[in-house]
Amino acid sequence: MGRVVLVTGAARHLGGLMVRSLVRDPSVDRVVGVDVVPPRRPLLGAEFVRADIRNPVIGRVLGSAGVDTVVHMGVIATPQQAGGRTAMKDINVIGTMQLLAACQKSESVRRLVVKSTSSVYGAGPRDPALFTEGMTPKHPPTSGWAKDSVEVEGYVRGFARRRPDVEVSILRLANVIGPRVETAMTAYFTLPIIPTVLGFDARLQFVHEDDAIAALHRAVTASATGVFNIAGDGVLALSQAVRRTGRPTLSVPGALLGVVGRALAPTRLVDFSNEQVRFLTYGRAIDTSRAQRELGFVTKRSTSAAFDEFLAGHDLSPGLVTGILDGAASLVSTRGAAHA
Amino acid sequence: MPDARIIPLDPSAHRAESVDAHSEEGFLDFLRRRLTGDYTVDDFGFDADLTDHVLIPPLRPLYERWFRVEVRGVENVPSTGGALIVANHSGTIALDSVMTQVALHDHHPAHRHLRMLGADLVFQTPFLSALARKAGHTLACMPDAERLLTSGELVGVWPEGFKGIGKPFSERYKLQRFGRGGFVSAALRARVPIIPTAIVGAEETYPKLGNIAPLARLLGLPYFPVTPTFPWLGPLGMIPLPSRWIIAFGEPVHTEDLAEEADDPMAVLELTDAVRERIQQSLYRLLVQRESTF
Repeated sequence: MGRVVLVTGAARHLGGLMVRSLVRDPSVDRVVGVDVVPPRRPLLGAEFVRADIRNPVIGRVLGSAGVDTVVHMGVIATPQQAGGRTAMKDINVIGTMQLLAACQKSESVRRLVVKSTSSVYGAGPRDPALFTEGMTPKHPPTSGWAKDSVEVEGYVRGFARRRPDVEVSILRLANVIGPRVETAMTAYFTLPIIPTVLGFDARLQFVHEDDAIAALHRAVTASATGVFNIAGDGVLALSQAVRRTGRPTLSVPGALLGVVGRALAPTRLVDFSNEQVRFLTYGRAIDTSRAQRELGFVTKRSTSAAFDEFLAGHDLSPGLVTGILDGAASLVSTRGAAHA
Repeated sequence: MPDARIIPLDPSAHRAESVDAHSEEGFLDFLRRRLTGDYTVDDFGFDADLTDHVLIPPLRPLYERWFRVEVRGVENVPSTGGALIVANHSGTIALDSVMTQVALHDHHPAHRHLRMLGADLVFQTPFLSALARKAGHTLACMPDAERLLTSGELVGVWPEGFKGIGKPFSERYKLQRFGRGGFVSAALRARVPIIPTAIVGAEETYPKLGNIAPLARLLGLPYFPVTPTFPWLGPLGMIPLPSRWIIAFGEPVHTEDLAEEADDPMAVLELTDAVRERIQQSLYRLLVQRESTF
């Protein structure tokens, strides 16, 4: 008998991609998507249940469909997506508690895959160059999505202790990027003027949206369990990434980044919380060797390639700079020819 | 200046002109890479392109003309694979580490990049933090040290830290305590040789006579140095004295057979002491051989 997979957060972009990816998998019989809001595009081949995971109703969905695998992607990254920080915190933390409570009661659930984020490692000057899964954060996150994710992981660990028969995987994804996904980081890199922190150059890592989905899918089908870092190979310096966009930058002292950033982007999805400012100051990179070794998962695109696909999707390029340099180069060569 | 042009006065000057145009093109290529973000940095943020073309060149006059650094025992540094350079630290600001980086880049046959392990303070400080990462340095912590060494990099540590560079001039060339020996366990685990290195000359660049502690506390610095010229001469006082330097790379201490001792604190501390002692002996020897300070 094939598997029955429940995906939370299915109405959003990544959740929708995950549902579609599972629908294409012949070893999966049924896919049930759950979210608070209806999906923007119909989830062909899957069932969709509009349910608030903050309500106990989720338990009935698990039971009636005979779900054996739960993929939890319902943690929201920015307050704008939820309609305020309070609602966001509710969906993230209370939602996860309800979901795990339902899983604990369920007799059919055998596997739980949780999409988490590398931001649980925090960001700061005393960080090692690369975080491995076992390291304790030197600067634990204190607010927002990162803090929610730390709490979510805590509840998941608690669940794993209470139901040792359920296989649990947590995937800590680097910033997901790509031509279509919309996140605080994609909004940041599409600002007309990009504010950066003066005197610091954060190391960034990205994972392409398709690679992120492939990793989560692998965690559904693989036998390995545990915590896995997922990121594209290599890192980009923030200054380097910004230059690839061709957009002008405005470097301001870290303490002013929040104010300047919010002034430059009053209505956008961009996040200039203290947590994000720390990230844009110190950056963060993760070691993905455990995922390669135990999960057998390697991202198809490096950090740099994933970022370039994002740029291509948004028609961003350092065109003006290239044009000026081309002009200068032709000037040099014609002058060289004239002298020869 | 790369864009400075030679105006040909006679046909024999044409060669110079074409070479010059070539370097203009090279410079434009470099500019293109930099301005469009088309270069790679490693996981630590090391930007080899920038280090070779922008960060090291301005240090060369300081290295060659000001300090007239003499390098000894460069053959003790392997051309490939991981190794750990351990050296004495002195001179109020850490010029000695930067000069060692230039020495290994310019005067080692394999032109090796030295990846240094730096203090927390470096990575908290604006500009210095970004500069240090781009030049290939990282925080002195066990995971980073092991990662660099096992991936075959040449790593530099100055285990005396601020105790070394901030010691008064009266204690010059007396090695301070060598931390907790973390660098030794990292080398043991990575099975790479330890190269005890002695640097003579850096002590005299900024003879630290005193310390204005309240000012240091105010600025969040480990000390606020008083030298014969600083702060009396203002910015002029920041010019280092032109002492003559010797950087001597000593015989490597091989660790291949000692890997299991990495978790034995006694063995680690003994080896730490042995390395310290070799650097101290080497310093005394070099000081006797040195003909003049300047």
